[in-house]
Amino acid sequence: MKIDIKHVAKLANLPLTPEEEEKYGKELPKILDYFNKLNELDTQNVEPTFSVIDLSNVMRNDEVLPSLSQDEALKNAPKKENGLIKVETIFKK
Amino acid sequence: MDINNITIKNALEGLKNKDFSSEELTSKYLERIKKIDKELNAFITVDEEGALNQAKKVDELIQSDEDIFEEKKLIGIPFGFKDLYSTKDLKTTAGSKIIDNYIPPYDATATKKLKDAGVVIIGKTNEDAWGHGSSGENSDLGPTRNPYDLTRVPGGSSSGSAAAVAANECLAATGTDTGSSVRLPAAFCNLVGLKPTYGRVSRYGIISMASSFDTIGHITKTVYDNAKILEVTAGRDEFDSTTPDIPVPCYTTALNENQGIKGLRIGISKEYYIEGVDKDVESLTLKAVKHFESMGAVVKNVSLPHTGYAMSCYYILVPAEISSNLARFDGIRFGKTRDQFGNEAKRRIMLGTYVLSSGYYDAYYEKAAKVRTLIKQDFENVFKEVDVLIVPSSPTLPFKIGEKTDDPLQMYLSDIFMCPINIAGIPSLNVPCGFVESLPVGMQIIGPQFSEELLYKVAYKYEQETEYYKIQPKI
Repeated sequence: MKIDIKHVAKLANLPLTPEEEEKYGKELPKILDYFNKLNELDTQNVEPTFSVIDLSNVMRNDEVLPSLSQDEALKNAPKKENGLIKVETIFKK
Repeated sequence: MDINNITIKNALEGLKNKDFSSEELTSKYLERIKKIDKELNAFITVDEEGALNQAKKVDELIQSDEDIFEEKKLIGIPFGFKDLYSTKDLKTTAGSKIIDNYIPPYDATATKKLKDAGVVIIGKTNEDAWGHGSSGENSDLGPTRNPYDLTRVPGGSSSGSAAAVAANECLAATGTDTGSSVRLPAAFCNLVGLKPTYGRVSRYGIISMASSFDTIGHITKTVYDNAKILEVTAGRDEFDSTTPDIPVPCYTTALNENQGIKGLRIGISKEYYIEGVDKDVESLTLKAVKHFESMGAVVKNVSLPHTGYAMSCYYILVPAEISSNLARFDGIRFGKTRDQFGNEAKRRIMLGTYVLSSGYYDAYYEKAAKVRTLIKQDFENVFKEVDVLIVPSSPTLPFKIGEKTDDPLQMYLSDIFMCPINIAGIPSLNVPCGFVESLPVGMQIIGPQFSEELLYKVAYKYEQETEYYKIQPKI
């Protein structure tokens, strides 16, 4: 089994060094091979489980509650300006 | 007071009788941390000033209001908090470099409930970064050592929490359990560790690992102490829609009921007593089962036929949820850039992204979600025949630091007896069941969803007769 590590890293928005690409390129197939054990099971008529407890449509009233102040919300942002979070340029001039 | 032999139960009595103050108690633990934590590395942050201020406030409350012990169930008790718990204005790193400068502007619900109950937060404990690990070695801030043998791991991911309680650096500590992370360190450090039913304790404000698996537990020396904490943390939370509105029993009251173990049906699942399990670990677990039998329990052999598929199921679904949850760490609103993730986080992000990616979703993710159904049904079927299951916590004794770090698959297999419990969302309590030379061994008592009260009762009777918690590490 071969995995397109560069493609997966791009999907994950995860910058990897060439060494890491090589490392995960070797490790991941080994782990995925182990998972093939699941193919021993016939699951054609089995429903998947995404939640283990029996709850559905849990709603709260649509009303405004106290929340963080602008200062608190911005406190941890590495770059900010005029009470806003500063991000990298997306569009080139 | 002697902090080596104190529990929450007798600390509360001591505070109530004014044998000592919360400030004195807190100072003792702070001194102990200063003395030994360089070796142990159980704490990432020690909040000496905050802890002493809180202790002084507690002492004033105790002086002025005799009924305060009814109102605030854990008043004055020094706690360590796993560094995944948001603590307002107190640095919360998740054991990672990415957010090693992050100061939460709010408290997790569990943090808030414990603060309201009067606890003193001594500091934030070390862990495998983001909860990814079984040994504590994946912390970006250095591994924690096992107080019973400093060359060995304390178990993870709540590594610092277990080491801190075992080494008497605090009286109790919080943890999280996604696949083993409260129970394994409890097992490796001779402690009682609860993985509650999924949804029993709110996840709000606790940094997510895998949202459909994460449970919020804690680590203590005794069963009573553990039950007391759950009385505080459990219950519906409007900020976590997966917390059902099921009443929270007074767990400690149930412990004192006279009704014993007689007639309790204990299941032994053959899939947990297999080749490759350390012989001493297995025989100590079976010795505990025999002990229960002598107390009047009925032992029955049962089968959980899909157990062998649990590891694969778990290590597909959990990394998938991890890769989604860690997507939010983009270095824009808080923290550093994504290249700063540690090795294990990167590995899991890659694995999770792969199993969710176009063309592989059906083969891996959906397949595993279907196997999850089968594993959950195994437990539902078994609990028609027995009240609880007793199985080993770990297939091995606490292992050497560095022994498994180069082989991720071997490391993942440390969770083999624990991750099925998270797949099914049921509760499990790690209870000490003896020692092999100087190394602790734990067993799991497992029950159906929302059976924590029963697990505590069963464990309590056993603990009363064995008292392994009295055996302290030499550090």
